[in-house]
Amino acid sequence: MPVTETQRAGALVEADRLMTICNACRYCEGLCAVFPAMEMRRTFADADLNYLSHLCHQCGACYTDCQYSPPHEFNVNVPAALAKVRNDSYAHYAWPRAFAPAFARNGLTITLLTAASVAGFIVGFVALRDPALLFSPNAGDFYKVMPHNAMVALFGAVFLYAIAALAVGLRAFWRDINGSADAQAIGQATGDAAHLRYLGGGGGGCTSESEKPSARRRIFHHFTFYGFLFCFAATSVATVYHYGFGWRAPYTLASLPVLLGIVGGLGLLVGPAGLFVLARKRDAVLVDTQRQGMDTAFIAMLFLTSLSGFALMLWRDSGAMGILLALHLGVVLGLFLSLPYGKFVHGLYRYLALVKYARDKRTAAFVE
Amino acid sequence: MPFDETYDVVVAGGGNAALCAAITAARAGRSVIVLEAAPAFYRGGNTRHTRNLRCAHDGSAPTMTGPYDPAEFLDDLYRVTGGETDKALAQLTIARSHELIPWMNKQGVLFQPPLGGTLSLGKTNAFFLGGGRGMLNALYRQAEALGVVCLNDAPVTALTIEDGFFTAATIQYQGQPRQVRGHTFVAAAGGFEANIEWLKQHWGDAADNFLIRGTPYNRGDVLRMLLDNGVMPVGDPTQCHAVAIDARAPKFDGGIATRLDSVVFGIMVNRNAQRFYDEGEETWPKRYAIWGRLIAQQPDQIGYSIVDSQSIHMFMPSIFPAVQASTIGELAGKLQLNAAALEKTVADFNTAVRPGTFDHTVLDDCATSGLAIPKSHWARKLDKPPYYAYPLRPGITFTYLGVRVNEESRMVLANGKTAANMFAAGEIMAGNVLGKGYLAGIGMTIGAVFGRIAGEGAAKHARN
Repeated sequence: MPVTETQRAGALVEADRLMTICNACRYCEGLCAVFPAMEMRRTFADADLNYLSHLCHQCGACYTDCQYSPPHEFNVNVPAALAKVRNDSYAHYAWPRAFAPAFARNGLTITLLTAASVAGFIVGFVALRDPALLFSPNAGDFYKVMPHNAMVALFGAVFLYAIAALAVGLRAFWRDINGSADAQAIGQATGDAAHLRYLGGGGGGCTSESEKPSARRRIFHHFTFYGFLFCFAATSVATVYHYGFGWRAPYTLASLPVLLGIVGGLGLLVGPAGLFVLARKRDAVLVDTQRQGMDTAFIAMLFLTSLSGFALMLWRDSGAMGILLALHLGVVLGLFLSLPYGKFVHGLYRYLALVKYARDKRTAAFVE
Repeated sequence: MPFDETYDVVVAGGGNAALCAAITAARAGRSVIVLEAAPAFYRGGNTRHTRNLRCAHDGSAPTMTGPYDPAEFLDDLYRVTGGETDKALAQLTIARSHELIPWMNKQGVLFQPPLGGTLSLGKTNAFFLGGGRGMLNALYRQAEALGVVCLNDAPVTALTIEDGFFTAATIQYQGQPRQVRGHTFVAAAGGFEANIEWLKQHWGDAADNFLIRGTPYNRGDVLRMLLDNGVMPVGDPTQCHAVAIDARAPKFDGGIATRLDSVVFGIMVNRNAQRFYDEGEETWPKRYAIWGRLIAQQPDQIGYSIVDSQSIHMFMPSIFPAVQASTIGELAGKLQLNAAALEKTVADFNTAVRPGTFDHTVLDDCATSGLAIPKSHWARKLDKPPYYAYPLRPGITFTYLGVRVNEESRMVLANGKTAANMFAAGEIMAGNVLGKGYLAGIGMTIGAVFGRIAGEGAAKHARN
């Protein structure tokens, strides 16, 4: 269902109501960063709520610990309220504004985008190269199907666009929340993000599948995040190989890019699969049910990137290579194009919020 | 079916004391059933609104500053109760309080260091991570893992007791009465603070205007049954712990978020726009506990705390917005008070304020002179608009009446004998230790200490 302006305002109104209750209670202040950050304020402007929403890792601990959660008449449900604010804020800060609606029907948007990308590669291979090459064994040489320079030009341009679009949105967010940073805050926030410190309910774990806290969600997120980093490292090393040393792909199984890619790829199979299963088991009361498609789309894209990458690696010497390459490149292009308009952004906004929190906490910046 | 067997231990109640007793008995290998009157969400009585427990410790607890010496603990207890405590039981409570953090940790309860506004309790009190409900959830998980049968929505409607010997409890469960037979009984079902009719016996119709800070299930039914079955009472039957809370709070279960600490920063008037007590008499926490009673004695049991813009940010933010106006007369109108009367009260107060150096963290030298009801500290003129007001009513936390117990947590009968197989723990017997007043976190301490003692005693008795 599309999210309208009225619902957006509604999410902020509800979060404001809850933060006012929570600020008078404060029992949850040991659970995560949201509540200590809340205590630095007495009123909650839209930007404050956007900031707090990104500090929330949606572990659910404050819901199961809350004396005012439903059916209590105060009806306090911080994880769900902040999830709605957070999801609204992605669209709010998105650049260009014309693409903001992509967040409302994220699953559909990304599916169509990816399907179009895959189709585009197939059509492109056929139209621009010899159609026969698409189905003939090419001894694992991808560049016969698509020249290296063409790949670099296409993905480089899309990647640069994604970075630019993300940067504009993040800058708007950072200004809006009156962010400030220093080396110590960046160090602290980097550590907090790397450990997913606040996905732990203050030590009790994440109430992901039941009211019993567990570390599972955090573990599968680690698989996903570090899998992503390994894959990124694989690509980076391959780029250095290509331009620095003139070593052209395909690389052997024992080479650094392939090894990094295998490790990262496994992470991107295990992590997203685990997160997907846990999300299905999760109590619907804790999440923004209207926009779960965004989460699903992102982890599906990561999973498919890895799966198609492995398929390409296994069958790169066969006649299926051309189609598999189109599939893999199409998925990766879809992923790149949707980076600024999908769940990927959560990590960046959250990281900035953590930097601000680390800095505010140390300088005890109380906001009147 | 849970009703076929005879349990070694039948526990009435489902809060901290009940679970500590149940877990202790289950760890000793006994079969245990916990009968909680409330539905699952509201289980645990006042425990769900608590936040910490007070414990003696040597300073090595990672979440506490310290140490907190047993002698100091005892002094604190004597101070707040004015000596209305059973010394042997008080010493027992304190002696065993130091076991509580490691024991609770073993049951899966996590603690956190105090933060923000609670730093002053860092030495004496251990804070539950996520508060009392988080702690309670951990205890329930532990109890269920140990095989304890935990029933919600299972109020005890009758007790079968002959000559001080328990044989069965009758509960109303899933629409019908059920018998739960047991070899021993642990009463851990709290006080009667939510029972307005009972409160009315001592407070009259004023009790209709009381707000109850805990759930509507704290009705004292088990306490009543025990007293009717010849168990010796303890504690003043007329007394309850009452604090001033926002009058707009729900009738039941508003918990911690409805409290207000604005009184000392301005003046307090009643429905007739008259001041009625020295707002600057005492520091926290004592002042916290006196205003509930003071308001209960005013017409319609309502008071209005009035502050101006220089103080509005000096106390914990409120869950409800302050009533705001640019003049005292306008404020009176919004509060439906007599404007002329309120203007005169404020003018008289402002005239009486003497110069001083304001410091709300100590008993400062800002006082009034010449008023029949002085304000002896923190007196500043109310002359910086806008003006703000909060309506306040008595918020009842707990009652003091309970059953007499001995050092084994065993009930003492009215005839002086000890009950063979009946134990009590928690608020239902807290009056033995806390005959008067309040000490932050003491309720959880009494509950956990006597819950464990009752569980040990019941387990031992059930084996014999």
